[in-house]
Amino acid sequence: MQQIVNFILKNKAFLFFLLLFGIAIGLTIQSHNYHKSKFINSANSITGGVYNTSNSVTSYFGLKEENEKLQKENTYLKSLLYNQQDPTNTFVDTTLFQKKYKFTSAKIIKNSYNLQNNYLTINKGVNDSIKQDLGVVSTNGIIGIVDNTNSSYATVISILNTTNKISGQLKNSNHFGTLSWNGQSPDYIQLTDIQKNAVVSKGDTIITSGRSAIFPKGILVGAIEDHQLDATKNYFEINIKLFNDMTNLEHVNIIENKDKPLIDDLLNTNE
Amino acid sequence: MNNLLSIHTVRFIVLILLQVLVFNNINFMGYINPYVYVLFIALFPVKNNRLTFLFLSFLLGLSIDIFMDSGGINAAAALLTAYARPIILKFSFGAIYEHQAVKFNNIDFGQRVTYILLLVLIHHLTYFLLEIFNVSKIIFVLQNTLFSGIFTIILCILITYIFSSKSK
Repeated sequence: MQQIVNFILKNKAFLFFLLLFGIAIGLTIQSHNYHKSKFINSANSITGGVYNTSNSVTSYFGLKEENEKLQKENTYLKSLLYNQQDPTNTFVDTTLFQKKYKFTSAKIIKNSYNLQNNYLTINKGVNDSIKQDLGVVSTNGIIGIVDNTNSSYATVISILNTTNKISGQLKNSNHFGTLSWNGQSPDYIQLTDIQKNAVVSKGDTIITSGRSAIFPKGILVGAIEDHQLDATKNYFEINIKLFNDMTNLEHVNIIENKDKPLIDDLLNTNE
Repeated sequence: MNNLLSIHTVRFIVLILLQVLVFNNINFMGYINPYVYVLFIALFPVKNNRLTFLFLSFLLGLSIDIFMDSGGINAAAALLTAYARPIILKFSFGAIYEHQAVKFNNIDFGQRVTYILLLVLIHHLTYFLLEIFNVSKIIFVLQNTLFSGIFTIILCILITYIFSSKSK
């Protein structure tokens, strides 16, 4: 017994080091799993507050570009508004009364794109009814999926995160595959598991497939840059150039699918 | 003593904020960022309680991890650097370290560079190994370590020269 105590006292620095190192490695491994980084994330009041203050200063530098983007969005929305069907039509479609998708706008207060697992932080949280697993998009397309939330901030798993898997498809046919990122360039992501009989050519548009109940069908992702067959020679591996410039983001929209609990219930009963 | 304590507290907080708000947003050539917070570990007093030093380094890394959403990568790297520091001190300063008389303000340039270079090398190698977490991308790890390392070393040496007190 005495010897054990002596051993501990003699090597206390090393043992303390091992303990802390174990914790750090544990947290690292946890962060490489999807949706598992519970403790260490920037959705808390201190880090959120710091990023919010810093963002309130730096957001002035991009005002011009942001205005142009908003202008573009306005034009698009107006075109939708004025191209509506005849409003004098007295037929009311009651099935459309409760809308399926709810949009919430938010601002990105922290963005990263140089790591392997990138996260964004946005300035909306539980108080604005933001929950885990909601989709996040911008004017130009897909951004990511909400991960952790607190009362007024939330972290978003960026599409530039090697743990992220989103269902995507070709716009001109219904062949679908998995969107993921190989951790290299922030301009490109990869679409795998597309059947080789699909017609794939450079410049084709890739959209979300709407199979996961997180994103509705038809959110823009990017355009095909190049493609080749994978090791099994049955599937295409496609390199996609993102429409979004992930290094320059400010205003985003969060999409909530009101039917998601129903779909999830159904999937769980099948398992 | 009190004065010394407050200097290190201020340095701790200032380095975290600088790292998170300035240095993480440099993205030179797309992805190269310096990790200047290693300076806290480099400039910590030589005469210290080993356990306190290890714990403070861990806390420093963890604080930066919380900001960067990166799990425990910075904590592990900072902790390992702090643990290896006595060996590096002995290697770079030799006899002066044995007499516990190292003063960072009046050591010569060569020794200062060796010391910071070794610390930064250990820190960055651990950091990128854990961040990329994939043995098949070892070239990418080494490449990142090299580029970020050069950047960090230059900045660290500049900062130590700018903020070193003139009196000798």
